[in-house]
Amino acid sequence: MTAYERVMAARDSKKLTAVDYISYMFGDSFFELHGDRRYEDDKAVVAGLAMLYDTPITVIGIEKGRNTKERMERNFGQAHPEGYRKALRLMKQAEKFHRPVLCLVDTSGAFCGIGAEERGQGQAIAENLMEMMTLKTPVLTILIGEGGSGGALALAVADEVWMLENSVYSVISPEGCASILWKDSTKAPEAAEALKMTAQDLFGLGVIERIIRQPKADDKAMFESLKLLVSRTFEKNLAMTDEELLEHRYGRFRKIGANQNNYMGDK
Amino acid sequence: MDLFSFVKPKNELESKPDEKQKPFVPEEMWVKCPSCNQMLLTTDLQENLYVCTRCNHHFRISAQKRLDLLADNGSFAEFDANLRSKNILDFPGYDKKLEKAEKNAAESVTCGECTIDGVKSVLCIMNADFMMGSMGTVTGEKITRAFEYATEKRLPVIVCTVSGGARMQEGILSLMQMAKTSGAVKRHSDAGLLYITVLTDPTTGGVTASFAMEGDIILAEPDALVAFAGPRVIEQTIRQKLPKDFQTSEFVMQKGFIDAVVDRGMLKETLSKLLKMHGYKEAKQ
Repeated sequence: MTAYERVMAARDSKKLTAVDYISYMFGDSFFELHGDRRYEDDKAVVAGLAMLYDTPITVIGIEKGRNTKERMERNFGQAHPEGYRKALRLMKQAEKFHRPVLCLVDTSGAFCGIGAEERGQGQAIAENLMEMMTLKTPVLTILIGEGGSGGALALAVADEVWMLENSVYSVISPEGCASILWKDSTKAPEAAEALKMTAQDLFGLGVIERIIRQPKADDKAMFESLKLLVSRTFEKNLAMTDEELLEHRYGRFRKIGANQNNYMGDK
Repeated sequence: MDLFSFVKPKNELESKPDEKQKPFVPEEMWVKCPSCNQMLLTTDLQENLYVCTRCNHHFRISAQKRLDLLADNGSFAEFDANLRSKNILDFPGYDKKLEKAEKNAAESVTCGECTIDGVKSVLCIMNADFMMGSMGTVTGEKITRAFEYATEKRLPVIVCTVSGGARMQEGILSLMQMAKTSGAVKRHSDAGLLYITVLTDPTTGGVTASFAMEGDIILAEPDALVAFAGPRVIEQTIRQKLPKDFQTSEFVMQKGFIDAVVDRGMLKETLSKLLKMHGYKEAKQ
């Protein structure tokens, strides 16, 4: 598959969304929690409590919606600042009760609009980046579709980041990149190659820890093994002291761009 | 007179190739204010810290000029001056862009230690002359190192931002710099140390969504564009015209995301006052 075919697969409206993952992995145990306690409830972010076997966890997902009506309601998975603030509120709550946090990311990016700007989209994302870096409980992020720039990163400052084999994660959409750099959005396929945005590319660059096989709706065995994998990762991270956990999380990002030989030239 | 090349008055005389057709006044003696169209003597403008004497429009200035404005004379010791951006992802056309950018400025950010009114501080100044201050891995690394140094030495940090956002030619690695710098800011903050940001025109995208908005105190120059998504992106998304003054520093302050808008002439004095109010003392000579 070419990079752009992966982009198309990641955007496919028929693929599973965050609520599907929540329902297949956690079933009836999921209890949704609403609102950021400041402005409103952003439906682009679905969050709540769930049981992972015997362990209560906090699940936060960006939800695109599965049909036109849902997509309108969910703002096509483009969160406002309230969505990121709801996520942060529930992450802080998870820290208080020492519950692991699972983030499911699927967004073309944080919403660009008047209200989003007026209510501090940049500030909301920045605060999440800062606070997640020192959240004293395990955090795991899985990209289940599109990982669009800061809007995705705001839920991905985690101990580990995994990607589905047909998911993408990028600083800008290939269309946006092509139209800015080459004034031609039809060159998106070339931009997709150049941006190195597929799971395979990012694994090679050391930005993610694991690539997950694409599950289908009726693939019970696949969801069972995903659950097991998530559970083992949380167990491993719950066994660490807070200091070890946070040092590891900081180091995970600290190394990107730090190695002179790999990343930068000394002139 | 390189500094003024971007605000050179454009008139038809100037565009004619014939040297004799040029106005008799050397062009670099005058600068037209892009805001009020007033013709300003460059010497007056220089004296007024590149602020229009008529309408208070703040011209963009280079990192070096800002450094001269803020750091005590001769006190600045630069960190990591030898770090240079590289085309890590083999992105088409990036090598050429870097080559061109390096003719304008050494890097997208200048970091170092200095005294400000006698108070020892770590100062980072972004540079619009280098790929519009876009954040690449070198930008992120230099800022992170500056914060780590300040945390270790228990120094306050001042960052002057100007940025078009993340640098797309470095792909995901540039995005990761947002998390990396935020982590370093958080550690500095958790150590009880002061961080002041000074937002200058324009501060947008990944820089707004990371260290620019993470200061204990967030200052901005007047009428600077401060945004997550730039006005053109928003207009394209929502297909309507934006209100005038939307995303200016005054507007963003009114919405509650900036502590104070400070004139350039008052900036050093303001920083000095804030540093001293947080207990940072003048260094002994």
